[in-house]
Amino acid sequence: MNIIVCIKQVPETTQVKIDPQTNTLIREGVASIINPFDTYAIEEAVRLKEKYGGKTTVITMGPPQAESALRESLSLGIDEAVLLSDRAFAGSDTLATSYTLSKAIKKIGSFDIIICGKQASDGDTAQVGPGISAHLDIPQITYVKKIREIKDNYAIFERMTEEGYEIIKSPLPCLITVVKEINTPRLPSLKNLMRAKKATITKWTFIDLDIEEDRVGLKGSPTWVVKIFTPPPRPKGQILDGTIDETVEKLAKIIKDIK
Amino acid sequence: MLDYLLTDEQKMIQQLCRQITDEKIRPVALELDKSEEFPWEIMNIIAQSDLFGLYIEEKYGGMGGGVLELCIATEEFSRGCGGIAICYAASALGTYPIILFGNEEQKQRYLPDLAKGKRLAAFAITEPAAGSDASAIETSAKKQGDFYILNGTKHFITNGGEADIYVVIAMTDKSKGARGASAFIVEKGTEGFSFGKKEDKMGIRASATRELIFTDCKVPKENLLGREGMGFILTMKTFDMSRPGVAAQAVGIAQGALDEAIKYARQRQQFGKPISSFQGIQFMLADMATQIEAARALVYAAAREIDSGVKDVGPHSAMAKLFASDVAMKVTTDAVQIFGGYGYMKEYPVEKFMRDAKITQIYEGTNQIQRNIIALALVKESIKNKE
Repeated sequence: MNIIVCIKQVPETTQVKIDPQTNTLIREGVASIINPFDTYAIEEAVRLKEKYGGKTTVITMGPPQAESALRESLSLGIDEAVLLSDRAFAGSDTLATSYTLSKAIKKIGSFDIIICGKQASDGDTAQVGPGISAHLDIPQITYVKKIREIKDNYAIFERMTEEGYEIIKSPLPCLITVVKEINTPRLPSLKNLMRAKKATITKWTFIDLDIEEDRVGLKGSPTWVVKIFTPPPRPKGQILDGTIDETVEKLAKIIKDIK
Repeated sequence: MLDYLLTDEQKMIQQLCRQITDEKIRPVALELDKSEEFPWEIMNIIAQSDLFGLYIEEKYGGMGGGVLELCIATEEFSRGCGGIAICYAASALGTYPIILFGNEEQKQRYLPDLAKGKRLAAFAITEPAAGSDASAIETSAKKQGDFYILNGTKHFITNGGEADIYVVIAMTDKSKGARGASAFIVEKGTEGFSFGKKEDKMGIRASATRELIFTDCKVPKENLLGREGMGFILTMKTFDMSRPGVAAQAVGIAQGALDEAIKYARQRQQFGKPISSFQGIQFMLADMATQIEAARALVYAAAREIDSGVKDVGPHSAMAKLFASDVAMKVTTDAVQIFGGYGYMKEYPVEKFMRDAKITQIYEGTNQIQRNIIALALVKESIKNKE
């Protein structure tokens, strides 16, 4: 079975600061890590390989330093890594990014399943995974919390919903995005660390991929960021006390007042 | 830390072990100290990370490193918890006799599983009446056809009950004293081999220390390590390899305590200032750091000497263990002092470091025995030089 994992390198912090002038993330002085949600995708790919055999390939689009995220993926057990990096890709939004990634996946050729994290911790859009599946015209199953089984031409997944989970049977190949409930990522092994250090990373630029120039980078990105801001923290809740009748009365009054 | 000119691979080991310590060991250390639960989850993580194979040859599935690699790993784990670290290091103690004295068949049979961390090992020499004096061992091994029949009790055995593979020292000829001791590989589940009381210890409480009971235990004769009568020399050679590991455990415990002491001294305010601004505290911290670095330098140097293949490493290995464990005791006591009343409380981490440190002065030969080894080597050397 061939498994492809798409990852993103993100700044390491849960408190990303935003430059109020330019509305962009302040990246200076912030270390880069693999998007935490993608670590579950990597772990799931390695587990699938351990169970069913095959090959795992990790792929990312980003600046040259994103190579370190790929090497880290290799240290966690992924077999091969591909970096998509070119000035022409700079400024890509989720549409252009998913388009470019889908072209790279086509170039890789055969695959049975593509695994992505549910979203990136910096942009939080959750659009690239589904975008790739749309470009490749394959089924997408988002928020997967468990892979029940994989057969020759189909797989059964558990997909998280607000209320519980859905069981979904999908033909292969397909794309899934995974949530953190799916597994506990392992730490690297020494053998894989040593392999990762020496491994050759495949690097593809614009000319290596069969892509249309005006569909990548800023030009290919219709998204226009008007404003980025930190939403105000949710105000403290109010606890009503008294007997049931009293609290119901108080609650009813509050609701009336809101009207 | 001084630059010890570690290879890239050794730095990688250090980094990986530090990650395991920070992410997996430290969060559970206090809890396991209380519950005395064996840290299987951590052992499995260490196994998955290939670290049980560090000091085992590649042809048996190991990483092909040596004592220095073992020391680097043990030191890092000990910064988080000396108890969890010794579960790892004690398996090395049980593995070294097989590495040093096992025949090809024994190595093929046991080392691959030990390298993968699928099974843990333990070493058993101590008995209720035989501690430093190995000639007082009462456990007997009588040859009977294709088997040796073992009878007796070992106690204070680290990894007892949890390990699968035990190297056991028993007397094949009591009349010869220490020269009548032999070493056997005994697998858990062997008929007549059972476990007794688990000890309730001062420190290293996450580790298991237990009695091994042999009642007409039938051990196949091919499980004899080396030849009959080699048990004592096997023990000495094994300890030569493993003592730097205990020393590294001591360095790690001391470093862990110092790290906490520095953090606390910077944040604790008295007389309107952090106590780290007082010279009295500063001098203590400076002495602690200097002693730790000196201990680490000696441990790494001794480990490197062993790995280089030098023949008689006994005294240097003993010096490393002696010095580092005394440093650990002193540094952890000072760390408690810097924490003041808080340091005495179990809610804070330094009292555990102090309890964990004490054992390093005792096991794998008390520090008094280490001094014997060193002094004996000095006298021998002097006699040789005169000749």
